[in-house]
Amino acid sequence: MPALSQQLVNGLAWGSIYALIALGYSMVYGVLRLINFAHGDVYMVGAMSAFYAAHWLGFAAAPSAFGFAIVMLVAMITCALLGALIEAVAYRPLRHRPRSSMLITAIGVSMLLEFGGQRVFGPDPKFFPQLVESRSLFAAGSAVLTNVDAMVIVVSLGLMLALRWVVFRTKIGLALRAVSFDADTAALMGINPNTVIAATFMLGSALAAAAGAMVGLRNPKIDPLMGIMPGIKAFVAAVLGGIGSFPGAVVGGLLMGITETLVAAYLSSTYRDAVAFVILIGVLLVRPGGLFGRVAVEKV
Amino acid sequence: MSGTLRRNAGVLAAFGACFALTPLLPLGLNAYYVQILAYIGINAILAVSLQLINGVAGQFSLGHAGFMAIGAYVAAAWAVFAVPAAPPPVQLWSGLVAGGLAAAAAGLAVGIPTLRLRGDYLAIATLGFGEIIRVVILNTDAVGGARGMIGIPVLASVGTIAACAVLCTVVVWRLAYSAEGRALRAVREDEVAAAAVGIDPARRKILAFTVGAAWAGVAGGCFAFFIGYLNTNSFQFLRSVEIVVMVVLGGLGSVTGALVAAALLTILPEVLRPIAEYRMIIYSALLIVLMLVRPEGLLGGGELLPWRSSKPATAR
Repeated sequence: MPALSQQLVNGLAWGSIYALIALGYSMVYGVLRLINFAHGDVYMVGAMSAFYAAHWLGFAAAPSAFGFAIVMLVAMITCALLGALIEAVAYRPLRHRPRSSMLITAIGVSMLLEFGGQRVFGPDPKFFPQLVESRSLFAAGSAVLTNVDAMVIVVSLGLMLALRWVVFRTKIGLALRAVSFDADTAALMGINPNTVIAATFMLGSALAAAAGAMVGLRNPKIDPLMGIMPGIKAFVAAVLGGIGSFPGAVVGGLLMGITETLVAAYLSSTYRDAVAFVILIGVLLVRPGGLFGRVAVEKV
Repeated sequence: MSGTLRRNAGVLAAFGACFALTPLLPLGLNAYYVQILAYIGINAILAVSLQLINGVAGQFSLGHAGFMAIGAYVAAAWAVFAVPAAPPPVQLWSGLVAGGLAAAAAGLAVGIPTLRLRGDYLAIATLGFGEIIRVVILNTDAVGGARGMIGIPVLASVGTIAACAVLCTVVVWRLAYSAEGRALRAVREDEVAAAAVGIDPARRKILAFTVGAAWAGVAGGCFAFFIGYLNTNSFQFLRSVEIVVMVVLGGLGSVTGALVAAALLTILPEVLRPIAEYRMIIYSALLIVLMLVRPEGLLGGGELLPWRSSKPATAR
């Protein structure tokens, strides 16, 4: 059995992936109060577009870290556009309707991407080209930190810091926070909610695409249904941390990745999916707003 | 007395029709159509019972497949282990009751601790409970675990399922359009205001959860006794989503809307079968288009019977 430190490294890498996806859920929830069920499938499209970009741009034949950076960028741009498209077609017309109807179109978009993906990409798993060859970077006892794991963790961290900079230091970030706080008042202050919401979807989808591309490096088998489980897990992570909260999504994602890896390693892999939910329910019973969330005080 | 009889004549006629259906149906229809009819019945029970929780009481639950799974496995285990020698009708009906009661107990167990949770937090917690139930069954070897449970007696006919669907619809209807139903709707619209006029939100929510879960359990029992084989893959998160889609597409709060949507969404994939590879793509696209065209659902909170209507849930 691999050492605990090895499991922690694996968990940290998976946790960073979850955190990147969870951030997208959390931001969209912040501005629209919508569980964007299609987000996990956007992550799948990210992995797929990275796969095709690697082949079409010729990086699959000549692997390099630079090639991976370009491929990831292409995937992020593709998914940002996809996210904006989904928002404009499926969510914008329903914005002032009962929230449950938007939830159903979200489920519809999710199914459309899954089944459409099976049609376009083919239902069989594809093998992601190893653009960065996995090798040991650093070994301590039986624990090994591979360069891929290190890259996943560092790049995720970088993207999170970049997102933090966008949200807290730029004008669009200020607008985003304003809409998140109170959409109607923000609109009165001259903020165009359409622009802000579209930008939110683009940011979130780009992060999911980066996660998808990096998962391709770590677990090379990618298929059109790969987004379902990580999508649900990442959403659980976002709720665990307190949905709408930036540090909450990151901490929730990391916590989720690490516990899952530990449970799979030391208990049983069949219980892995359930443990995530047990933790979630435990946390919600003690803190109904999640770890970092605030429960709105009900006014009469 | 005669007044009561007259008012319930329609219901009694429906029951009679269900039992008359059993011997007649296989004569005119092949097994494929009979199976579709059975699935419509099972989905109708699921959709109507979830309508009580989601639509009438406004408690967004994403764990209905979990309650269905409990009902299915308990009903099957009851028939196989507890009363293996009993005559088939006794096995069938006692199994369905056992499944319903077990699911009701689970609904109670989920309902009480999640009272503090609202909206999406409640949705995700019920999703979690549904998944936990599934994983626990998956790891219970006595009911087959990951291999699935085989050797369940095939006892339920389309008539049985239809009778259960009629009974479920009557129960939910009577509940939704009674003083109790108005209280549930008050809790849905505004918990604080409801509490201020003397309605106990906690009690009502638990009531909705328990009754809804019980009927999901009965639906699970019907499923088990119709197919004769159970596997946890039938009760995944997507199953819960399907039922939620039926409820919202029918129109939140509308009992007959849930029935219409259950029938529509069961038949639609079958109609699309000839264009096999595009089937699910068209299904999902249609779902999006239907919601864009009628965001308030097919019946929009009204009922097929024009003299009944529950006002649509306000957008929040």
